[in-house]
Amino acid sequence: MNKKETSSLVTLKRILTYTKPYRGRFICAFIFSVLSVVLQLTVPVLIGDAIDYIIGADNVNFTKLLDYCIALIPVIAGSVFFQYLMNMCANSLAYNAVKDMRKHAFDRITAMPLSYLDTHAHGDIIARTGGDTDLISDGLLQAMTQLFNGVTTVIMTLVFMFMLNWLIALVVVVLTPLSLFVASFIAKGNRKHFKAQSDRRGEMSGYIEELLGGLGVVKAFGREEESLDGFKSINSKLYYSGLRAQFYSALINPCTRFVNAIVYACVGVAGGLIAVMMPTLGMYSGVMTAGRLSTFLMYSNQYTKPFNEITGVVNELQNALAAARRVFSLIDEPIECDDSSKRDEFRAEGDIEIDKVYFSYDSRRPLITDFNLDVSKGQRIAIVGPTGCGKTTFINLLMRFYDVDKGSIKVDKEDIRDMTRSALRANYGMILQDTWLFHGSIRDNISYGKEDATDEEIIAAAKLASCDDFISRFEHGYDTIIDSDSLSQGQRQLLCIARIMLTRPPMLILDEATSSIDTRTELKIQRAFATMMEGRTSFIVAHRLSTIKGADKILVMKDGNIIEQGTHSQLLSTGGFYYTLYNAQFAGGNE
Amino acid sequence: MRQNKRLKTKKLTTYLSSYKKEFVLGPFFKLLEAVLELFVPMIMADIIDVGIAGGDTTYILWRGLLLVGLAAVGLGFSLTCQYMASKCSQGFGTDLRNALFKHVNSLSHAEFDKFGASSLITRITGDVNQLQTAVAMLIRLASRTPFIIIGSVVMSFIISPKLSLIFIAAAVLIAVALYFIMSRSVPHYKQVQGKLDDVSQVTRENLAGVRVVRAFSKEEYERKRFDNAATSLSRTATIAGAISALLNPVTYLIINMAVIAVLWFGGVTVNIGGLKQGEVVALVNYLTQISLTLVVVANLIVIFTKASASGARVREVLDTATSISDDGNAQVSPVENAAKVKFDNISFGYGGGKDVLTDIDVSISSGMVVGVIGGTGSGKSSLVNLIPRFYDVTKGAVEVDGVDVRKYPLSQLRGKIGYVPQQTALFSGTLRDNMKWGNSDADDNQIMRALEIAQAADFVNALPDGLDTVVSQGGRNFSGGQRQRLTIARALVRNPEIVILDDSASALDFATDLALRKALRTCLNDCTVFIVSQRASSIRHADVIIVLDKGVAVGIGTHSQLIDSCEVYREIVTSQEDSGNDNDKEATSHE
Repeated sequence: MNKKETSSLVTLKRILTYTKPYRGRFICAFIFSVLSVVLQLTVPVLIGDAIDYIIGADNVNFTKLLDYCIALIPVIAGSVFFQYLMNMCANSLAYNAVKDMRKHAFDRITAMPLSYLDTHAHGDIIARTGGDTDLISDGLLQAMTQLFNGVTTVIMTLVFMFMLNWLIALVVVVLTPLSLFVASFIAKGNRKHFKAQSDRRGEMSGYIEELLGGLGVVKAFGREEESLDGFKSINSKLYYSGLRAQFYSALINPCTRFVNAIVYACVGVAGGLIAVMMPTLGMYSGVMTAGRLSTFLMYSNQYTKPFNEITGVVNELQNALAAARRVFSLIDEPIECDDSSKRDEFRAEGDIEIDKVYFSYDSRRPLITDFNLDVSKGQRIAIVGPTGCGKTTFINLLMRFYDVDKGSIKVDKEDIRDMTRSALRANYGMILQDTWLFHGSIRDNISYGKEDATDEEIIAAAKLASCDDFISRFEHGYDTIIDSDSLSQGQRQLLCIARIMLTRPPMLILDEATSSIDTRTELKIQRAFATMMEGRTSFIVAHRLSTIKGADKILVMKDGNIIEQGTHSQLLSTGGFYYTLYNAQFAGGNE
Repeated sequence: MRQNKRLKTKKLTTYLSSYKKEFVLGPFFKLLEAVLELFVPMIMADIIDVGIAGGDTTYILWRGLLLVGLAAVGLGFSLTCQYMASKCSQGFGTDLRNALFKHVNSLSHAEFDKFGASSLITRITGDVNQLQTAVAMLIRLASRTPFIIIGSVVMSFIISPKLSLIFIAAAVLIAVALYFIMSRSVPHYKQVQGKLDDVSQVTRENLAGVRVVRAFSKEEYERKRFDNAATSLSRTATIAGAISALLNPVTYLIINMAVIAVLWFGGVTVNIGGLKQGEVVALVNYLTQISLTLVVVANLIVIFTKASASGARVREVLDTATSISDDGNAQVSPVENAAKVKFDNISFGYGGGKDVLTDIDVSISSGMVVGVIGGTGSGKSSLVNLIPRFYDVTKGAVEVDGVDVRKYPLSQLRGKIGYVPQQTALFSGTLRDNMKWGNSDADDNQIMRALEIAQAADFVNALPDGLDTVVSQGGRNFSGGQRQRLTIARALVRNPEIVILDDSASALDFATDLALRKALRTCLNDCTVFIVSQRASSIRHADVIIVLDKGVAVGIGTHSQLIDSCEVYREIVTSQEDSGNDNDKEATSHE
């Protein structure tokens, strides 16, 4: 939580490190910005000179006037050209830097321990790689174009003004910081209102999420009135904090504009007085004329404009910094320890030895304690217990999604921590009830575990998993793109089976469907499971008595721990939890 | 399409009606400020033409003071405008959010399903914010730019009708440039939005399927997928940026070309005595003023484009009328000796689509336990959702106590029912608050009794804070099975006449499930209980079992009746029980 306190400067610096690979563009942007500003600042000088040749009736020097008019054209065109180039550089820099940042965040996600991903809201993580990074690119772009240009404009204008008349320039220099002062004063005072507003917004989202998520319940219990009242009270709090935040931030612009108007008036008066009383005062050469004065007036406008814009940019930058803090805190989450030095090639036979394993997600609540299990190649282990009893915990340890706290898990006598995670995992085929397919073709989804699989191999695997039938019925066959709802739950599971059929790993982790699948598909899945388990060490989360009875060993889990193990008849004879479960579920339960 | 749009605007603006005063006065004050600003170049022209030309220093000083005075008054006007804008937009947003939330609360399940919870949340928060910003900007800025442009053209006309033609030409050119650039960049920005969704999709898939990705060691492949999505996003964003970055250079170019024209033709006019030098300076100043206000236009257009999309999404919700209304329904009294619940030959389809329930005709007497079973998509949940009138039948009628549910006031109908949804929604607050949801008068004794029946008393008593335990958002501090038992208890606290368990014991182990069913039967004698389940064992002892297959009631009767007479029921039961030989089942299912 301390990260929130990290100063803006540190965050900003860190954003800038992402722009390093694009330093060329950064330098170009800077050069183009200077060129464009210099040309842009020459314009008022030329205009002022031109005006001095328009003095009165019959007193206009047309040859000179024409010279200046013609001279203006390339200057203006050049300034526009360089400004556009500057924008392009900034564009490319900002979007590329943010793309890199986004990729960095995603890379970290793919290497994070599951303990983080399991316990953090996915929506929040998604927002960080999506919307939040977008805010950073907006901020970066604004900062690049506006601040960059702004700073060069301010500096160059000062130089130009001092070159023309140091006295008037001095007036401007003394007065303008006023507008900065006013702006920062307001912004500082407003921070707490912004904070209050975003807190209220968070509160509101939470409330809506909870009540809309349970809308059925709200209606069933007739709680519409109460839920609306709750909403209204949060909403009215949001109104007050929103009103304050918005009004205070809206103060900045008029106030700085007021300061600018004063600067403008002072320049006009000072210029006028100098022109009348002592035209050479403060001038390095020549005299103060109407044309010169108009040059100054244009300068004073140009000079103050960046200050106005900066306050707008500050807002955007604050958003960007807040977003960057969220993204960086994601990036800073620790990732799994590097295992690239470990053994990477490993093909198991399928003997597993679990030796005195202790494990818990939360050190205050011990879960698995002193768990021992020996499995030899080809055995079937059934895991039974009520849903939510912790079968995922067991899978988490087998696949090394989580590391054990104490003890060890060995495959073929080899501690699984002595090989790379990917080498271990390649030996398992895992099919869970909540099937996972990604947005892509059926072919790509099946060949997920073996990218170089031939069409024949894919079709053969699909046939083994009895999904060739329904796939060929699709208009595009194996090229059909999978949408979220184009397949039934059973079909999705069959595709996942086909995926494993293709890789043929020596060990399996299967999750028997409860009954969310229709009977016929269910039979196909059972058959496919049976084919797969042939000769392979298998762990089955079992619901079916035939599976349980046929298992070489049954693990009974309850509340996250493995409380009993043995064969069906052994467990029945001990009369423990399994005995109760068995009677409730299968023996017909005499009510 | 166009007409549609107008209809939309008209309707959303009704939420502005309480803030009519602010909505009109805001721009009015902005107008006043702009008018004052338009005097500035004229006064400056006077300083040059009268003060400097006549050598009158007091005149120059007085004019300078006048400028400061104008700025001060302008500040007052603009602060008033900002206040009006804040008040109006925040008020508008607050009212709109209240209206939306209220409307969403009134939507029936059918309409709610159409949007989905997460989309509704974004519409109430993000989209309304967007609209709120647009309203504020409309008042603060959108009115200012046209004022300044039109005002400058008018002032130039006053100074010199002939030279004002240059202003008109410049204004037209700027409008054309704006149109071209915007009409090309807006579609690109929409594409950018789409690409951003793609990026989020990859992240979402990876988080949901993190175990599969890691099991197959496909982190690298997924990084590549993400890389592609991110690169494509940054490319599109760069193109969109390149187009919109044209805006400022192009307008700057047009304005400065107009300045050259003013200088030249101004010179010509001055030469024949039609204009004074200071007035040429004033004309140049007006052009500068126009170019300064144009800078915000690009931002405004982006804001309004986003707001119009948001407006459409908000409208879509508000335009969706609820299909379930109890307007004009008076309290009804039960018909004596009528069935407790009667499905009178009903059919039902979602959104008027294909029937998911067809011709179901069954009567349930008071006190019965009813089991509803069938595969996924067989219509089990749909059937029981008709009783509290979450949906309306498309044919026939559902009667409770002999009265059509459509004749009840919803509060009376739903007051009879204790509904336990599939999703276990608990709400922030204490356990006691949650238990009292359906019956705010319930005392602790009643609550404890309900918890006992729901098999939740044990673990609630074991909590250090008991009923005062704080439930975190969504009930995450309880396990799935605990949440289910709590939601069952919550429904029982109501003392309902009808209890509906919509597949809501799925996370209970078989022993607890059995104890729960026993308790329901013995403790709630006159209560009619509907148990929707996919487990044959959960319903086998029900008084009546309704077997659904693709929306048709293929069997109605007791377990022993159905096992003889109903093929589908037999299939379900055997597939879930120990049935020995898989091949036998395969044979029956293929007949």
